[in-house]
This record gives sequence, C-alpha cells and structure tokens, in this order.
Amino acid sequence: MSAHATTEHAYVPGEIAKPNTGWIWKTFWVLVIITAVEFAIAFAMTNPELRTFRNSIFIVLTILKAFFIVGEFMHLKHETKSLIWTILIPTALLVWLVVALVTEGSSIGETLAHMFS
Amino acid sequence: MAHSTTLEPTAATTTYTDAPRTGTWDGGNEPFKASYGKLMMWFFLLSDAFTFGAFLTAYGMIRHKHGVFTGTADKFFFSTAHWPIPEKVFNGFPGLHGMDLPLAFVALMTMILIFSSVTMVLAVEAGHRMDKADVQKWLLWTILFGAMFLSSQAWEWSHFIGGSEKGLLMADGSVMHGANLATNEYGPPLFADLFFFITGFHGTHVFSGVCLLVWCFIATTNGTFEKRGHYEMVEKIGLYWHFVDLVWVFVFTFFYLV
Repeated sequence: MSAHATTEHAYVPGEIAKPNTGWIWKTFWVLVIITAVEFAIAFAMTNPELRTFRNSIFIVLTILKAFFIVGEFMHLKHETKSLIWTILIPTALLVWLVVALVTEGSSIGETLAHMFS
Repeated sequence: MAHSTTLEPTAATTTYTDAPRTGTWDGGNEPFKASYGKLMMWFFLLSDAFTFGAFLTAYGMIRHKHGVFTGTADKFFFSTAHWPIPEKVFNGFPGLHGMDLPLAFVALMTMILIFSSVTMVLAVEAGHRMDKADVQKWLLWTILFGAMFLSSQAWEWSHFIGGSEKGLLMADGSVMHGANLATNEYGPPLFADLFFFITGFHGTHVFSGVCLLVWCFIATTNGTFEKRGHYEMVEKIGLYWHFVDLVWVFVFTFFYLV
C-alpha cells in the first residue's frame, strides 16, 4: 500500500482535496426545475384573460432564478453585507425605471390609438 | 493608542480626540473582504446590468406602446397592427423543417447555458483546491457549451432573418419574407430591431466570454495560475460568465415567454 501511495504522490505536488460539488448540483436542479415549470405554464395557461397573472408568475420565477445564480454561482450570498447591498441597491433602481417606462409606453400607445377620435 | 512618544498627549489634555481611528471604513483594511480584481469585476457587471436593463426597459416600453392581440393563441396572425406572440415566431428547430415546435429550440439554448454555468462553477471549485487537471477539464466543457450556444444563436438568427415560406402580404400586394432592420413579417419593425439588438448584444457577451475562457485555459495549461499560487482569474471570468447566463434568464422571460 505504501509503495503505491509513494508512486502516486510523485506526480502530484501537494495534496489535492476531494471535490465538494453537492451544492453546485443542487443549484443546477433548482434552475432546471424552475425553467421546466416556466415552460409548463407557458403552454398550460393560454387563456388571454389570465395574461397578467401568468406574466406575474414568470417575473417571480425569473427573479427566483436570478437569486440562485447570483447568490450561489456568483457567491454573492456568502460575501460581506456591505458588498451585497452595494450590488443590490443600484440594481433595485432598475425596477423603478422599468415600471416608469412601461407605464409611459402604455400611455403613448393610448394617445396614438385615439389621436383622431 | 499612539505609538510614538513624541505624539503622546500631555497629562493636561485628558480628552485626546485625534487618535488614529480603526473602524471598518477608516482605511487600512478591506471592508468588502474581496480582492481588487473581484471587486472591479462586480462593479463592471453592475454597469453591464444597467446596459441590459436599458435594453429590456426599452423593450417593455415599445411593446406596451404597440397594440396587443386580444384573441386566443390559435387564431393569431402576423400583422404590424399588434405585437407578435413569441411562440408563434420562434417555433422552428434545426432539421425539423415545417414543424410547429414552439419555443423548443430556445429551451435547448437555455439548457446549454445552464449547463455551461454549472461547468464554470465546477472549474472555480477545482481552482480553490489547486486541482489543475480538473480546472482544465471543466474549462473545456464550459468552452464547448459556450460554442454550442453561439452556434445555436447563429441558427436562430438565420431562421429569423430567412422567415417562413408563407411570409406576410404587404399593403402593395408583395409578400415579405423574414426580417431585417426596416421590415419584418412577424409584426412591427421595432420587434425585429429589438430582437437583433438584445440577442445580438447578449451573443457578443457570450463570444467575449468564450475568448476569455480559451485564454484562461491556455494560461492554466501553461501553469501560470499554479505558479501564482491561486486561481482567482478563473473566479473572475466565472463571475462574468454567470452574469451572461443571468442576462439570458431575463432575455428568455421577457422576449420569449411573456
């Protein structure tokens, strides 16, 4: 046993630790399942009257996916609080921008549609 | 508190207010406990998030400015009067010509990108263990998935530009096939413009990422990071790569699902 171990160690400078990949594959399955659910909803919920409700589900699931990618894969969840807020607060301002300009777009569309009536 | 005897406060001034401060934000330490390079990558990605945020916000605004098709999906028809339903536009699959497979190809592209993210984070994990062979292996997988995604996007673009055989009957009696920046058979001209700009910008990011990964693989093979004593470069490129995946998650929702 000892002879075998010595020949192996001759090739490897220093000890290489065992891979710890459980959390990576867990995050992977979470992302796959959320994406599958999104597809299922896209095809199951086709009633035009439920459009707003369906889109809200999509947005919630997208933000959930973003949370797992940024938090686990980009490791932000495990950084210091100050770094987390430095990234999150400016990003949160985008939400306001989206809401403001989407409202603006609807208003422009309404105005154009009723311009001559 | 003071180290030098010449700066020692006299006995009369008991309330010495000019002592060196040692708080978190008083300098001399790393409040974020992250290296310079990683911090700068985060700030770059924040600015990049604003770029893509602007793109998607513009998409939201322009889409809400246009009319909505109010009927059910099976009665949908292409017209410049209303915004197209994505699953009616993106329903092709390579090798399966003429079949209606809504969003199947984009599902495949999403899976490829999720896989590439996983292999990237596995490369970063191998770097933490200083396992050169594993870093090489996972970087190669990530490059492969990245190249696969780019090829898929090339097919998606050519399919979108080529258009359907039926095309769209224009007001002057001619038939319009496919899409360019001025007109398209799927709906309002801005729909195709936004498709080209948003997916094109994202594709350019993926391409840059693949270039960085190839360089990173060569440096790993040459033992550059092993000599340096850490694989932080893999981590920084990993941050970029995950961000590109993140952008796709949003593009996927707002361009293909909603």
